[in-house]
Amino acid sequence: MRTQARLGLFLLLTPLVLWLSLLIFIPHVDMFLVSLRERVGVGEYRLSLANYLTFINEPLYLRTFLRTAVMSVIATVITLMIAFPVSYYIAKIARGRTRSALFLLCLVPFWVSELVRTFGWMILLRETGLISNLLQFVGLTDAPVEMLYNDAAIMVGLVYTSMLFMVVPLVTTLESLPDEVIEAGYDLGGSGVAVMREIVIPHAMPGIVSGSIIVFMLSLGNYLTPTMLGGKDSLWFTELIYSQFIVRFNWELGAAFGFLLLGLSSAIVWGMLKLTGQSLEKSMG
Amino acid sequence: MIPSIPRPRLLDIAYTGYVVLFFVFLALPLVVVAVFAFNDSQFPSLPWEGFTWNWFFGAERPMIGVFHERPILRAIGTSAFVAVFVSILSVGVGLSNAFLFNRYRFPGQGLLYVLMLLPLVIPGIVLGISILVFSSRLANGAWEMAEWDIAALRPGLVLVILGQFSFIATIATLVIGARLQKFDRSLEEAALNLGAGRLTAVRTVTLPYLMPAMIGAFVVAFLMSFENFNTTLMLVGSDAPLTIAMFDRLKEGSTPLLNAVSLLLMIGSSCLALVMIAFQRRP
Repeated sequence: MRTQARLGLFLLLTPLVLWLSLLIFIPHVDMFLVSLRERVGVGEYRLSLANYLTFINEPLYLRTFLRTAVMSVIATVITLMIAFPVSYYIAKIARGRTRSALFLLCLVPFWVSELVRTFGWMILLRETGLISNLLQFVGLTDAPVEMLYNDAAIMVGLVYTSMLFMVVPLVTTLESLPDEVIEAGYDLGGSGVAVMREIVIPHAMPGIVSGSIIVFMLSLGNYLTPTMLGGKDSLWFTELIYSQFIVRFNWELGAAFGFLLLGLSSAIVWGMLKLTGQSLEKSMG
Repeated sequence: MIPSIPRPRLLDIAYTGYVVLFFVFLALPLVVVAVFAFNDSQFPSLPWEGFTWNWFFGAERPMIGVFHERPILRAIGTSAFVAVFVSILSVGVGLSNAFLFNRYRFPGQGLLYVLMLLPLVIPGIVLGISILVFSSRLANGAWEMAEWDIAALRPGLVLVILGQFSFIATIATLVIGARLQKFDRSLEEAALNLGAGRLTAVRTVTLPYLMPAMIGAFVVAFLMSFENFNTTLMLVGSDAPLTIAMFDRLKEGSTPLLNAVSLLLMIGSSCLALVMIAFQRRP
């Protein structure tokens, strides 16, 4: 029996270990090693920090990096602000059928490819698009307005794309808060704001954290939305990675960029977990 | 603010209005994409030139419909091919992982569980480039050592499948693991008492119980693979899956053909989602 259990353990462990080592761990170590080498001649490399120094010394790279980080944080905050009242409505105010219908409606955009969603926004926002035409029709403007190719358009796209990943965890945690607890808060004389601050938000914290982590990560690593909706001046860090790898064929610098993006995203995820006392297992599983 | 607590009527109306606006915001881009698939014009924008089916069934220039556009049809086939492989691999590995974390206790298990979750917090584009870097090193190594040219390690469908699998497997593990956790072990023990071997017990009792979760994981994996963009972009070779093919066209300028493809995608994924919900409903 014991040897059988050992055999079973071994058999089940094999796919997991193969997957995590060959597709996750070793490739990332390898990417790190590539980012640490400098090309000195044909097929000749030496160990150096040159790629990271290039990143620090080139204002465009550093600025793009910081801009991407700041805009992702803003996108996360906006998504949370928009999603929280809606999630609260679905979880606590809507009842029965309406509730499940509304929840399902929130999931619909997720079933559609991100490309289609972005395409939809392009049709809406472009110069000949629907919103521009509507504004002209109403008489707010007499010439077509171009609303595409700027930071606001990117923001709309990012918030839209990641909305679902905020709504689902929020609804799930808010649903688990019994109505009686909220009523007790009012009975004890709390105002609406106090009940929100003292009871609802602390209870929803795990949902807020896991939603924010996912939205931040998706925004940071997004390539499609900034490329399609952003203009010449709104470069995203993933676009730099892509151009180093595919266009310039400078894998060393591209790998360094990739590692920086990974570092930033891990640092923020870790920081948020620490700050709120949550763990990755609880937030994801 | 719950229904049992009285609140001002005005606030109530404003709140409902906000929720309605939110759903308009959610629906707007999708509705617009769908409607312009039927515009009888070269561009998916106003003015409305009349209704047409040509972007689906048209066979002549300048309006070649989806069903006559070879490259798009081929791209759909490629995407489906990749998605089926990714789903099978993910469900297989996910099932094995679910049993491993549910049934066994071994040193380092907690750490391994956290490692298993990590692919979800690695940006897709970074997953793509790391696999690209590693596989090229392997391919170059094989060439230098033995003059082997391993085509599978060059950008192409094999790498796309592996790249997507590398994070979709986590999702499959979570979906299947969640259901396995609710399983009542005494049912399996009953089967053992009745004389079944361990494997037979798992096959005839546990696996049927897990079936809805496995189908759910398969559908989710299929859709995620079909829609994946970031990881695929870095690993794609000459056969482009649909998202990449559409992206290339969108960069050149869009025609309502893309709206028609998008509408078909929406219909397809809604059907899959409905299938999944139907299976989840079963107790």
